[in-house]
Amino acid sequence: MSGAKLIFTNPASVPLAELPLLTPDSFSQELYISMAEGWRVCSYFGHRQPGGPLRRYAVLAQDSQQQLAACCCELEGSFTSLAVLCPQVSLFEREICEQYGITAEGHPWLKPVRFPQGGVGLMDFYQVEGDQVHEVAVGPVHAGIIEPGHFRFQCHGEEVFHLEISLGYQHRGVEQALPAAAPGRALAMLEAVAGDSTIGHLWAHCLLREAVDGTVVSERASLLRGIALELERLANHAGDLGALAGDVGYLPTASFCGRIRGDFLNLTAELCGSRFGRGLLLPGGVRFDLDHAQAAGIQKRLLAAYRDLKGATDLLWQSASVINRFEGTGQLSLETAAALGLVGPAARACGVAVDARNRHPFGCYGLHALHAPTGQQGDVLARARQRSQECEQSAAWLADMLEQVPSGTVRETPALPQAGERLAVALVEGWRGEICHVAITDLQGAISRYKITDPSFHNWQGLAVALRGEQISDFPLCNKSFNLSYCGFDL
Amino acid sequence: MLLSLLERIRQGYRTMPFPRTPPPLAERFRGRPVLEPGRCADGCRACLEACPVGAISVTADGPVIDQGLCLFCPSCSEACPQGAVAFSRDYRLAGRARTDLVLEPAQTPPRAEPLEKDLRRLFGRSLKLRQVSAGGCNACEADTNVLNTLAWDLGRFGIQFVASPRHADGLLVTGPVSDNMREALLATWEAVPAPKLVIACGACAIGGGPFRDLPAVHNGLEGIIPVDLFIPGCPPHPATIMDGLLRLLGRID
Repeated sequence: MSGAKLIFTNPASVPLAELPLLTPDSFSQELYISMAEGWRVCSYFGHRQPGGPLRRYAVLAQDSQQQLAACCCELEGSFTSLAVLCPQVSLFEREICEQYGITAEGHPWLKPVRFPQGGVGLMDFYQVEGDQVHEVAVGPVHAGIIEPGHFRFQCHGEEVFHLEISLGYQHRGVEQALPAAAPGRALAMLEAVAGDSTIGHLWAHCLLREAVDGTVVSERASLLRGIALELERLANHAGDLGALAGDVGYLPTASFCGRIRGDFLNLTAELCGSRFGRGLLLPGGVRFDLDHAQAAGIQKRLLAAYRDLKGATDLLWQSASVINRFEGTGQLSLETAAALGLVGPAARACGVAVDARNRHPFGCYGLHALHAPTGQQGDVLARARQRSQECEQSAAWLADMLEQVPSGTVRETPALPQAGERLAVALVEGWRGEICHVAITDLQGAISRYKITDPSFHNWQGLAVALRGEQISDFPLCNKSFNLSYCGFDL
Repeated sequence: MLLSLLERIRQGYRTMPFPRTPPPLAERFRGRPVLEPGRCADGCRACLEACPVGAISVTADGPVIDQGLCLFCPSCSEACPQGAVAFSRDYRLAGRARTDLVLEPAQTPPRAEPLEKDLRRLFGRSLKLRQVSAGGCNACEADTNVLNTLAWDLGRFGIQFVASPRHADGLLVTGPVSDNMREALLATWEAVPAPKLVIACGACAIGGGPFRDLPAVHNGLEGIIPVDLFIPGCPPHPATIMDGLLRLLGRID
């Protein structure tokens, strides 16, 4: 069936005219068959080219063959939902319906996604009925220093029958603003799509821009980007491991990791002045170079911070009470994770071998491979161990790479945008998982549609399902084991 | 238990001496901008044009930078052919009034003044804050949260983040105030018993940051709730936030 979709590799910029335009029925069939063949949905959205008809575009990935693909179909009035057969398209279909005011026929759960028209949180929540069933509503404002979102639990005593997550509070309208934004302003917004994934999102944007314009980035710049991305992963994974320890009241690791996370952020600040990597990446390369002495200094501090992280997390695995709380909590099967289309460490902890760094290599990862391990159990323990193993791997990779930054320039002048309608796709493996940016350009080569899929968009439903049958008191622990982004979802 | 004690001994005492001594800042850290209008070429507007968020205006006396809008990105300093705009490593950026954040040539903006005496008596040794993220990207939130770690140990100054606005003396707000969070923010503010403080943390909460003027956001807290302390940055460095909080309580001169 490959004739019904255009196949390419990451990152790509292809003429829009080459994209197969299917009928709605054959589009549905194509998606269904592709998913049965092991493809998964990276992005799926609606768009109307200036003066053209409204269309649906789907971007798929085949992880075992390092392939991406896309196809499209016209969209008028309504379309037939695939959500029952392919749960991973459910939220994408809801998003299309919300953004274009149309209906997905037969969708079992057609509710708002971000409430862009107001009335946030006002919707029919799923309710379980029965004498002893009670409902717990939490949020949008939570007890800690975290972003807002609403959680609605249906409980029987302590046991959670069902959790429904309603977001949209962080909606800033980024996607809508990007096409008309000046280039500098666009970069500033993209750096703050999800502030803890600044490097991940900006790298995806740079890959996209560079693919559209035909700019070739030097190996040196590419590796510096990789160094920044792995530092971002280490900082966030270290923070999560500490927070998981804190959620089960194991304070030594919680205390150590809170500080160690900062040690990694400070290394990113050595690269570019900002602990979150603001200002480092831009189309064409990176803004700041790294000399030999700086690289050696960062390597030394990295190894010291990793040694502390290992010491702090080893305590977790040696504590019977921690293992007891982590093990079997919030478990997801491989089948469920695959059906929901989960990505990142949460998916890998269930045994899904999905990692854009080696399945869809980009930037420096083609030359300097980094293979993330996979787990099996899909519980909090597996997600914690997954992060710990990824930290070990990233630290070793970084220590190695900091010694072999190739010579060359770090910043090329971006080429001028090519005229003509194109579809561009870029995947980056952020610390939470796959970040997918898609752009469609108009006849003049200007971006007319920008679509961002943060890994959280795939994974929030995974958290909701993981909570089924768990105690409500384990929600913070399960939540932290996924640690998803609210603003990355809300855009 | 023994292993955790051994690891504690190995990792050592790690609370920073800050604010007794200056905080460790990266070599490339970008703090308060430094303007040297004497170097500006006639009619040059390179910095103004390079600024992604309109934080710079050019007057007859030279460039003026609104640190409330500034993202502290390197665009302006990079664009200036004369080196008239640069960033210092001064992290002490907080201000009590919105106008205090506007940096004009040949003028050193005031450091944040402490609270009035009666409020300082109330909050000076015990300040409980409720944090509200209203469209924040989780960077300001993360670098506020970090103050609770052992490295910064904000609690030793009696400043704590609490779980309920009913337990709080004030709010620390991040984010440009998305329209979808406006009502929840106002409800949280109203739930804090008076007298109460409001702290706008980060470029978004001060003026919308990178999202300024987007239809789905409110350009920060201005016109929504009164602000007692503005902390610039995108995101502000933890030292900038801590410095602002301690100055507000009169704990730093």
